[in-house]
Amino acid sequence: MAYSEKVIEHYENPRNVGSFDKGDDSVGTGMVGAPACGDVMKLQIRVNDAGIIEDARFKTYGCGSAIASSSLVTEWVKGKSLNEAEEIKNTQIAEELALPPVKIHCSILAEDAIKAAIIDYRKKHGLEQPAEQPACKAA
Amino acid sequence: MKLPIYLDYSATTPVDPRVAAKMIPYLTEHFGNPASRSHAYGWEAEKAVEEAREHVAALINADPKEIVWTSGATEGDNLAIKGAAQFYKGKGKHIITQKTEHKAVLDTCRELERQGFEVTYLDPEQNGIIDLDKFRAAIRPDTIVVSIMFVNNEIGVIQPVAEIGEICRSKGIIFHCDAVQAAGKLGIDVQKLKLDLLAMTAHKMYGPKGIGALYIRRKPRVRIEAQIHGGGHERGMRSGTLPTHQIVGFGEAARLAKLEMATDNERIRALRDRLLNGVKELEEVYVNGDLERRIPGNLNVSFNFVEGESLIMAIKDIAVSSGSACTSASLEPSYVLRALGRSDELAHSSIRFTLGKYTTAEEIDYAVDLLKRKVNRLRELSPLWEMYKDGVDLNSVQWAAH
Repeated sequence: MAYSEKVIEHYENPRNVGSFDKGDDSVGTGMVGAPACGDVMKLQIRVNDAGIIEDARFKTYGCGSAIASSSLVTEWVKGKSLNEAEEIKNTQIAEELALPPVKIHCSILAEDAIKAAIIDYRKKHGLEQPAEQPACKAA
Repeated sequence: MKLPIYLDYSATTPVDPRVAAKMIPYLTEHFGNPASRSHAYGWEAEKAVEEAREHVAALINADPKEIVWTSGATEGDNLAIKGAAQFYKGKGKHIITQKTEHKAVLDTCRELERQGFEVTYLDPEQNGIIDLDKFRAAIRPDTIVVSIMFVNNEIGVIQPVAEIGEICRSKGIIFHCDAVQAAGKLGIDVQKLKLDLLAMTAHKMYGPKGIGALYIRRKPRVRIEAQIHGGGHERGMRSGTLPTHQIVGFGEAARLAKLEMATDNERIRALRDRLLNGVKELEEVYVNGDLERRIPGNLNVSFNFVEGESLIMAIKDIAVSSGSACTSASLEPSYVLRALGRSDELAHSSIRFTLGKYTTAEEIDYAVDLLKRKVNRLRELSPLWEMYKDGVDLNSVQWAAH
């Protein structure tokens, strides 16, 4: 299938690939998806004392669109507060990458990954969770 | 070396230039309708069609009278299975096939179920090959048709066609065999094999697309009901004007295949083994399907912890197909690999390489080098690979399905 130029660009040159130490207090880790579904995303955020996301890392098992979606959101979350990062919507990701309808689930997964990473960070710090959202829809 | 390197010969093959050369005059000069009995244009076209029929028959050691032209193997499978089921429905309504058949067989069986037939879909063993005891056990007194393929299109494994034929003949069951991936690649002798019906297509053996043939046994006689009516061509079994140039191309492709199959196969097998040995230098590589009982040109492997579609994207310099149908909205991994009991992960990570007579050692070496680099790169990106390297058992992880 034909991928958009932006998907190919992110896929060829993925940003912020790698891992932070999961045990580090300043790190929030989100892992979403399932191997059986063909995609798994791991997104990590490093949050400073002011509650701003300073850095992000990802690893993704999945198609080109899934890799591009996660690469893109690592760029987008940097410099944002947790609340701001939570506002990132899958539709924005899909629009930025010009994802076709069959690949919309990749952008949903990326949004879920951000939320999961934020939840993990807040849990570590005993922060109050806003209205809980399921990380994934039931199959 | 031309890029992308074509390693998808089971999808289709290029037309052999010798075949194309033979076809062209039948488009321009000898354009007659083979059914025209009243003039020389018709006679010469008919002569060419009958010569081609002899070549196609010879490829499988059949009598030319047992060959019916079709538009391809999808039509051949439809004509064979529906034609036999409908003709013999007075005897029973049960059909046996297997889950790893091509969709041309499976969808035809589904349609027959809607018409009131009952179909058993057998599971193959883990190596992709059907177990004869399980096959025998599935036979009922009202079984009328069995449809089992010769060679699987995804994993290239060869089914025990001779044994299945023996069993079917002893019970008076019509045996249809989809031989698309076998014809021109394996020696097929319908005098020895107790097949009743066998479907082939030209474009998998260096002939043109749009032409196939169905073998219909005469001794003992097998009857089928026609599916296309209008003019009574092909002894009433398949009406429609014969495409002379396509048929001539199929005939020439079959003639060349019979002559050159053995030497081509030897070369292709050596190249396939070269490819396998190359990719085996990577960790966590699994061959799907039996490696021994397999046609020489097929290699289907799973690169664990790498998703198939992204791998195909990474190796766009080689034209291959993925076992996973992720490009469809269903996100279903290959139904063939699932039927073998492969895990979803491995099914999602599979690539089918199919080599042909124009594949070169240089191309294989290029492909191996590319695969090694890209698989390693994607594994660096893969959280599953990281977990595996950290000693995490992926089966113990609670995944959130989505």
